[in-house]
Amino acid sequence: MSDHPNQLFAETSFVRRKQRQEGVAKWVLGSMAGLMIIPLVLIVGYLIARAWPSLSLSFITQVPIRGMREGGVWPAFVGTIYLVFLSLAVAAPIGILAAVYLNEYARDNWLNRLINLAVINLAGVPSIVHALFGLGAFVYAAKFGYSIISASLTLAIMTLPVIIASTREALASVPRNFREACWNVGATRWQTIQAVVLPNAISGILTGVILQVSRAAGETAPIMFTGAVFFKAVQRGDLFPYALHDQCMALSMHLYVLSTQVPDVKESIPFATAVVLLGSVLLVNATAITVRVYLRSRKKW
Amino acid sequence: MFEPQNRGHMSSEKHIQVDGLRLSYGPKEVIHGISFHILRNEIFGIIGPAQSGKTSLLKCINRTIDFSPEARVSGSIKVDGHDVRETKSIYELRRRIGMVAPLPVGLPLSIYDNVAFAPRCAGIRRKGELNEIVEQCLHQAALWDEVKDRLDSLGTKLSGGQQQRLTIARALSHQPEILCLDEFSIAIDPVTTMRIEDVLKVLRRQMTIILVTNLTQQARRLADRTMFLWNGEIVELDRSEVVFSDRPGNPKTYDYVNGIFG
Repeated sequence: MSDHPNQLFAETSFVRRKQRQEGVAKWVLGSMAGLMIIPLVLIVGYLIARAWPSLSLSFITQVPIRGMREGGVWPAFVGTIYLVFLSLAVAAPIGILAAVYLNEYARDNWLNRLINLAVINLAGVPSIVHALFGLGAFVYAAKFGYSIISASLTLAIMTLPVIIASTREALASVPRNFREACWNVGATRWQTIQAVVLPNAISGILTGVILQVSRAAGETAPIMFTGAVFFKAVQRGDLFPYALHDQCMALSMHLYVLSTQVPDVKESIPFATAVVLLGSVLLVNATAITVRVYLRSRKKW
Repeated sequence: MFEPQNRGHMSSEKHIQVDGLRLSYGPKEVIHGISFHILRNEIFGIIGPAQSGKTSLLKCINRTIDFSPEARVSGSIKVDGHDVRETKSIYELRRRIGMVAPLPVGLPLSIYDNVAFAPRCAGIRRKGELNEIVEQCLHQAALWDEVKDRLDSLGTKLSGGQQQRLTIARALSHQPEILCLDEFSIAIDPVTTMRIEDVLKVLRRQMTIILVTNLTQQARRLADRTMFLWNGEIVELDRSEVVFSDRPGNPKTYDYVNGIFG
């Protein structure tokens, strides 16, 4: 307390130092956050600039010609869609249901601790190891051969732990109050989950699943070992060129092959392939954000 | 000596009988072997400071204590002579006990669905029957006139006092024989509290009410008998006019009720 009332709010050297530190901290932290934009802008900008000569809608719908030195990416594009869709069709239901069990039913005993540990460690396994596992388990042991189904199952196992983790997080964000209120009136756990928990966690669950699309689409190693091939002859614009036991092309694999294996490729084609891959992933992420914003706007508490 | 009205509804039949109840969470025992009974159609007040085991006691009665994995219960609680720990159908047990939590919980459902939830869980599907239950329970909870035109709007969007009455309506929706109110008034204003107290004075004719409260005046106004619970033990249990008199059975009770400690 100051002796002079009119100096009550006067700046002391301590206050000035505090304000200076505050300014520096805000600037440093803010610029670090701002830095995050630069790589994305550079990557996208560089890719589009280099890919410009080949970029057009027909690049997506055309098939590769002249030994993949010209033409488009249709077979790879469709292949990626097949792989992503099938892997998530397997991983999402299993992952969501497992997460519901772990979050809503599981007691803290050794078995459930073991399951948790397994999920965490599965998430940390490198994709190349998943690839080898997929090769041994699906291609040889289960006799699916090198095929879309082997590749999709490998991708499913890879995305499963992350789907479980994100679903559990979404479920945990529903307040325990709601569950207790339901239990108090004689509802079973399942009735509670159906009526209150799932409807309020669904936006988080969906977001988590959709974000795995980009992961499944981008991975090369797991599918290269289990079902993706160098080249597959496909009719232009054919929507269903592959059967489940066929091998397929995929964008990530195609990009790798064009960049390293094929001589004399038109320079802009690998870059255009990268743009298609990145573009589709960003499009899916944008969908995820839209879904989340829409469901949040209807949030009920 | 003052005498609460409606005393005549109390019978001498024991509705709930608690014997040697002990409860511990992990190594920490919070209820140390208490025994008491609650009569049919009485309002049974439970007073006591925080951490004295009031809420845990209620959870033992409707067995939602099962959801705390670290809890260990021993002793017996009998409702209508049946031990709740041996009942085959805990869902049936919970339907017989209405539970109102300290903070209002409007479920993120419409007002109608909030009240219709319990009957639906019990298998009632007919629209007419559900309508009847919803209207009756909202009437009983003194909420009907305020929400009858917007039963489809969200329960979570109501004010705190309205949500607490909605919680009471939901607790009544499964037609319980016992209604437990756990400090129902801590999050709502005095006027709403008085409205709910009036509701309780009517409900006591149909059911047994357990009223856990931090407001000793509220227990004095409503309860037929009051139990003073402290650190998991019963300090005093007697008719309210004795507990709140100048000379209760235990001097600690007088000190607590009159704000000398606690």
